[in-house]
Amino acid sequence: METQIILEKKEKRGITLDPVLQIERLSKNFGGVQALNDVSLSIYPGEVHGLLGQNGSGKSTLIKVLSGFHIPDSLNFIKINGRQVNLPINQAALYEYGISFVHQNLGLMESLTVLENLMLSNLAVSKTMFIDWQKEAQRARSIFKRYDLNLDPLSAVSSLTPVERAQLAIIRGLDQLRKMRDEHSCNGLLVLDEPTPFLPAHDVQSLFKLIREIVTDGASVVFVSHDIDEVLEITKRVTVLRDGKVSKTFETTEISKAEIIRLIVGQHVDLDAMRAPTKILPPPSISLSKLTGGSVKDFNIEIAPGEIVGLTGLIGSGYDEIPYLAYGASSAITGTLLLNGKSYQLRHLSPSNALVGGCVLIPGDRLTSGAISTLSVVENISQPVLSLVSSSWALSRSTLTRNSEKLIRKFNVLPSDPELLFGSLSGGNQQKALLAKWFQTSPRLILLDEPTQGVDVGARAQVFSEITQVADAGAAILCASSDYEQLTAICHRVLIFSKGKVVAHLTGDKISKSSIAQACYIS
Amino acid sequence: MTKSRRNMLFNKLFSPSSRAIFVDWFERSALVLVWIITIAIFGALRPETFLTWSNFSIILGSQSVIVVLALGLIIPLTAGDYDLSIASGLTFAGTVLAVLNVNNGWPIGMAVVATLVVGILMGAVNGFLVVYFRINSLIVTMGVGTFAHGLTLWLGNQMTISGISDSLVEAVIVHRLFGVPLGFYYALILCTIIWYVFSYTALGRRLLYVGRGREVARLSGINVDRIRVGAFMSSGLMGAIAGILYVGTTGAADPSSGMTFLLPAFAAAFLGATSILPGRFNPWGTTISVYFLVTGITGLSIMSVSTFVQDLFYGGALVIAVVLSQIVRGREERLT
Repeated sequence: METQIILEKKEKRGITLDPVLQIERLSKNFGGVQALNDVSLSIYPGEVHGLLGQNGSGKSTLIKVLSGFHIPDSLNFIKINGRQVNLPINQAALYEYGISFVHQNLGLMESLTVLENLMLSNLAVSKTMFIDWQKEAQRARSIFKRYDLNLDPLSAVSSLTPVERAQLAIIRGLDQLRKMRDEHSCNGLLVLDEPTPFLPAHDVQSLFKLIREIVTDGASVVFVSHDIDEVLEITKRVTVLRDGKVSKTFETTEISKAEIIRLIVGQHVDLDAMRAPTKILPPPSISLSKLTGGSVKDFNIEIAPGEIVGLTGLIGSGYDEIPYLAYGASSAITGTLLLNGKSYQLRHLSPSNALVGGCVLIPGDRLTSGAISTLSVVENISQPVLSLVSSSWALSRSTLTRNSEKLIRKFNVLPSDPELLFGSLSGGNQQKALLAKWFQTSPRLILLDEPTQGVDVGARAQVFSEITQVADAGAAILCASSDYEQLTAICHRVLIFSKGKVVAHLTGDKISKSSIAQACYIS
Repeated sequence: MTKSRRNMLFNKLFSPSSRAIFVDWFERSALVLVWIITIAIFGALRPETFLTWSNFSIILGSQSVIVVLALGLIIPLTAGDYDLSIASGLTFAGTVLAVLNVNNGWPIGMAVVATLVVGILMGAVNGFLVVYFRINSLIVTMGVGTFAHGLTLWLGNQMTISGISDSLVEAVIVHRLFGVPLGFYYALILCTIIWYVFSYTALGRRLLYVGRGREVARLSGINVDRIRVGAFMSSGLMGAIAGILYVGTTGAADPSSGMTFLLPAFAAAFLGATSILPGRFNPWGTTISVYFLVTGITGLSIMSVSTFVQDLFYGGALVIAVVLSQIVRGREERLT
């Protein structure tokens, strides 16, 4: 395989092939943050092109520009198969240009059959009245056979293994290209946006086999991933993005893993202005032991009151499931939580028991799990204290409002009107209001999931200081986050996860944005 | 008045915030205003028949059954569930009451208590099926309601059972306070209780949280399943109360006619949610809606318009109410 790739490479150097995708000088701004800065990229026919970069490097913005979700601020041109793309790109036109996407969530409908899913985009635009299911099933079988996949067109997607689902999604993307290629005789580009993080290693191999066959057939693939080993294995060339710029584009065979990590993380000396001060902690009194559930395997931790522990890792490593498992919000297989001298079996723990025990969870997804956007700020904030603030006989509106007003002032929620709809606040103020909602219960253990996701820069600093303050008042905090800067700013200890297990510990001075990134990518 | 004071007054009257307050006030009281206008129009057209106390006491007294039914509906609706079985609960409860009291000779007090228990049990069955098997409440309650209707026909031999104890009839329709049958006051008491629970208790708030954001409620430690089952049991109980009132009003248990109350009750619940406390199912809005709708229908029938006007009115009101509440909600969403 290796030699074949090198041969192909030489071939292509000899002949000048026109790129399948050519992006020239693309820039995109989000409220003053330069998400993409003068990015140029070319993808050639028959190559697998890796796209690497940290969260916030601009990877996903780039994909979203290509899929028509974002409109670039400035751009020389985007050409697909030599045709200049008109902006804004609309979905229907994408098929015509010959580019298709497989996103991480795969976009499959679980309760429908393999065949129905395969034909989804087809049927969406089809103008024919009649569907010959026999014929379509035959066609699907021949495609599956051609790529050596063991899929039954008539079985439900819900019965497929994760890797089979990924294969199906990729085949569907390819099928769209194939249709276009037959009609317009052009080469296609398949963009795979992190298709692997939830797959076991041996399944990744079968996915790679499929990808190799696809490029042998003449299509090109953009492979977006966090996993450097995978990228080294499957790609021919790689582009690394950092801080919205192309850090470097290179031939995969001419670079080492260490060099790639350096390109991803950056060489700059860590000027982490904000770093959690070292602190003398009391002996640990809270613990999670033998926690297994979801993708987390046998997780153990002891936390001291006042300590802030960060949990991180690459996507799919399981770190972000811990807050929900420890709170009883998603069900664990085994595990014990020891809190305030009481021990809780996580298998039977419910959120209400966890709350009574002094444990709170502030979920990352504010609008579906954190707060009710159609109710007012006071109604959201007073939820946990309804029976505490007022007598059980009658809620006193004025007491609740006074209590909320006090909290709104303390947490600096703007605008400071408790009667406003929660949904009308900005992301940062929503998060501050949620901190107020839960911190007023004086919890002993606080579980955070991405506490500054969608929070603007100003509010971010304030969220940090609120978290630090509540820890100084004696609460223990577990914070799952993929934001290394945030972890550096507030955590006394950071645990790095890979494949459901802790693979590295960082403490005190060892914690920095780049050391966390290093640990994540090396594992 | 000095010039500056006049300017201040002007600003106060016409500033954006006072305009917002006026819009807000108008939205809250729109239903009451429309009701008064309706009364005024029919009163002007037929003062001799429409504008009489006896007409109003009939309107107030005869609608208590639908008021109770609609009040029952808004409990699961607030928790985010539909109870389509509530009208069959009404006829079922009526027949159970009549069978116990008339056929089996139970004293009326005992029969009433037993009927209430039956209503609660029916709600519990609804709640259990919805929560335990995670089935859409529309389907469950439609099935359970139809099943209960079958039971009703079987139990009562598909016949109207008359000869109910006089004391029930007296307590519902015969005895009057200020010329209005007592049934009306029972409905008012229930309305007040629900208003109190909705507005001033933690339980009422939990109901609202569960309806607006199940996942948020669950993660906030609310026992969502228990609240939902409780809401169904309450609507079952309210259905049974409505059934008892209906038997008290007619003096007999009719196995079918109560079924036609479902749509008016839903229309009132949704129309009520556009007023008094716009955007939320609320008991006073619901009660006023029932009376607004029946005022319109009574007025039109006094004008000797055909009876199909009833369907036009209730059906139209339901659709308009839902459209209005969607507009209210749409405005809320635009704010976000």
